[in-house]
Amino acid sequence: MNQDFPALGLILLFPALGVVFNLFCGQRAGRAAVNVAAPGAIFMAFAAALWAFAQLITMPAGAALTFTLGPWIEAGRFHAEMAFRFDALSAVMTLVVSGVGALIHVYSAGYMAEDEDFARYFTYMNLFAFAMLILVLADNLLLMFIGWEGVGLCSYLLIAFWYENPEFAYNGRKAFIVNRVGDAGFILGILTIVGALAQGGVWTLGFAGMRAHAGLLEPVAALAGLLLFVGATGKSAQIPLYVWLPDAMVGPTPVSALIHAATMVTAGVYMIARLNFLYTIGPEALRVVALIGAATSFFAATVAIVQSDIKRVLAYSTISQIGYMMMGVGVGGFAAGIFHLMTHAFFKGLLFLCAGSVIHALGGEQDMNRMGGLRSKVPVTYWTMLCAALALSGVPPFAGFFSKDLILERAYESGHAGLWLMGVITAGLTALYIFRLMFMTFHGEARVAPGKAGHLHEAPGVMTIPLMVLAGLSIIGGWVGLPEGILWGDAFKRFVDPVIGAAPGALMRPAAIGASNLGLSLTLSLIALLAALIGIAIAWIFYVQNPGLAGRLAESVGAVYRVLVRKYYVDELYDLVITRPLLWGSAIVLNRGVDSLLIDGIVDGAGLGVEGGGEGLRKAETGNVRHYAFVYLIGALAVAAYYVYLVVR
Amino acid sequence: MTTPLGYFMGLSAVLFAIGVAGVLIRRNIIVMFMSIELMLNAVNLAFVTIGRRMASMDGQVIVFFVMTVAAAEAAVGLGIIISLFRNRETVNADELNLLRW
Repeated sequence: MNQDFPALGLILLFPALGVVFNLFCGQRAGRAAVNVAAPGAIFMAFAAALWAFAQLITMPAGAALTFTLGPWIEAGRFHAEMAFRFDALSAVMTLVVSGVGALIHVYSAGYMAEDEDFARYFTYMNLFAFAMLILVLADNLLLMFIGWEGVGLCSYLLIAFWYENPEFAYNGRKAFIVNRVGDAGFILGILTIVGALAQGGVWTLGFAGMRAHAGLLEPVAALAGLLLFVGATGKSAQIPLYVWLPDAMVGPTPVSALIHAATMVTAGVYMIARLNFLYTIGPEALRVVALIGAATSFFAATVAIVQSDIKRVLAYSTISQIGYMMMGVGVGGFAAGIFHLMTHAFFKGLLFLCAGSVIHALGGEQDMNRMGGLRSKVPVTYWTMLCAALALSGVPPFAGFFSKDLILERAYESGHAGLWLMGVITAGLTALYIFRLMFMTFHGEARVAPGKAGHLHEAPGVMTIPLMVLAGLSIIGGWVGLPEGILWGDAFKRFVDPVIGAAPGALMRPAAIGASNLGLSLTLSLIALLAALIGIAIAWIFYVQNPGLAGRLAESVGAVYRVLVRKYYVDELYDLVITRPLLWGSAIVLNRGVDSLLIDGIVDGAGLGVEGGGEGLRKAETGNVRHYAFVYLIGALAVAAYYVYLVVR
Repeated sequence: MTTPLGYFMGLSAVLFAIGVAGVLIRRNIIVMFMSIELMLNAVNLAFVTIGRRMASMDGQVIVFFVMTVAAAEAAVGLGIIISLFRNRETVNADELNLLRW
């Protein structure tokens, strides 16, 4: 069933070569060479992935291509290998990462055309693609963790890319530290699994091996699943560790598109889908995943409605949509979650690239209050972004409709009507905030600052072509997963389900039993579509028909508005509860108390004690022979007395 | 018949005590030096006594070693004292305290 396919290594080799070239020769080779080499490396990886994909679809369902580079860790009986696996799930992820990644690399060449540090930028971008491909291709949990950490590092490097600005550097550190909190949970999860497997004499973390011995994991499945999910809340920006993602928007916009929308932040969803056998036997963890996902998606959508920074709206939208995916996998719809991950990569990557194009056209302006009326000025951006917005809102036949629908349907079918309702409301909110963004940016009167109006121009072809390709994908990307019974039906689900179905011998999830009911699924779709259309209509009324209305409404419900604008005061809460006490503890207790008094006291005290003691003892050296002789005598008498004592005792 | 052991040991202890007192009390280096020789001889006497009592030659052998070392030490010590006197014009130990702090 598994076939050795060494060409898998090529998928990783090309980005790695790109990193080496850009790092060591990039600045000297010049901008033109880097602009070809960096996107070229990712395109080659994409081509290699397509080759592997072409091989994979000729094989029976559930098959995998594998490639083992060699042994990696041999510790006692435990062993892990540098092994890669290309099955239906990794195939989807690899194609998305390399395909969308390649387009965004091309776009970057235009976006960073003015930046002097292009070689460093593309080094990080290629390194990110390399790490992300390791993450999705890894055949064991440890190797996956290497990729997991690698993308976290690249995320930090790219958020703080313009590190001369202290705030940007701060936001980079914030992202890194928040992710460390999550990663601690991830490591504990890995250790829990290793411990449980070792009890049964299984010393591997390979996915196939873990799946085969899923029975051993049963007692710890819920715990391990929750711990791994803590890691996912960090990387995938879920409650409570989502706070870094909105601040990560200070990085270059293509970075936001690639890392903080399309690929890295969805790693948590991929991880859960990959470890589906673990989560299936630990349904408590899965329930938490679904609840957190639904809560996050609703919460982030409400915040997105009132933000005025175009990238922040999209950041909260990303958090919200990943919440959707989490809800999808949480109710057992692993295929639906991954499907939404894929379509989301298309349309959210596109939204960010369009936002980048607008920001580029306005010379760095990000505040939507100073945009407006840009429709005729940047037509390509407008029309492509409209496709993405419709896809995000879930309007047929755009991609988001099918994937979002599958998640809602799965939530309803598996008996989570509450989550389904939350999802529908969120779908309405989603349509509202994204069309608020569209109308504020492209419609109405121009509010562009006078100095920037003359600068207005459509982006060059190197930027608009990726937009058009992604717009095409945002339209047709969802057609691989039509509802069962229409045309080719849910081809996507049929493709990935053999890989992420239930583990042998594990509990069957209830959702997998009931056959899909076309009538029910169409009804659910119509309700979700209605919610989206209502959202779009409200946005139209507030921001096109009657532009003053939003401001008046905000005034009349001032308290609610303020809470939303301040993002529920979560940042302030974390600042008060975690950051301040931590800084206080570091500055007062650890720095002044432990460090200055205790540690320095011991070190300085040792020196001073020796010095003072020596100074004192020096006086004993009188230079007088008779004094020495006397002390010697006392010593001799003491020794003699000791021996006498030993004898008479 | 034979003189009791205690006599010899007592004499040895007295000689040793006189030597110690001499070293500690006197200021003349030559006298201190002689006191040290006295202590050595007190110990020699004890060795010989105990050796004879235990019907062993070891005591006498060690005494020969001690005498050899004492002779060498006397030669070196007297040489140092002469050198000291030439430089400092004194044999008073209290005035010879160059090696203090």
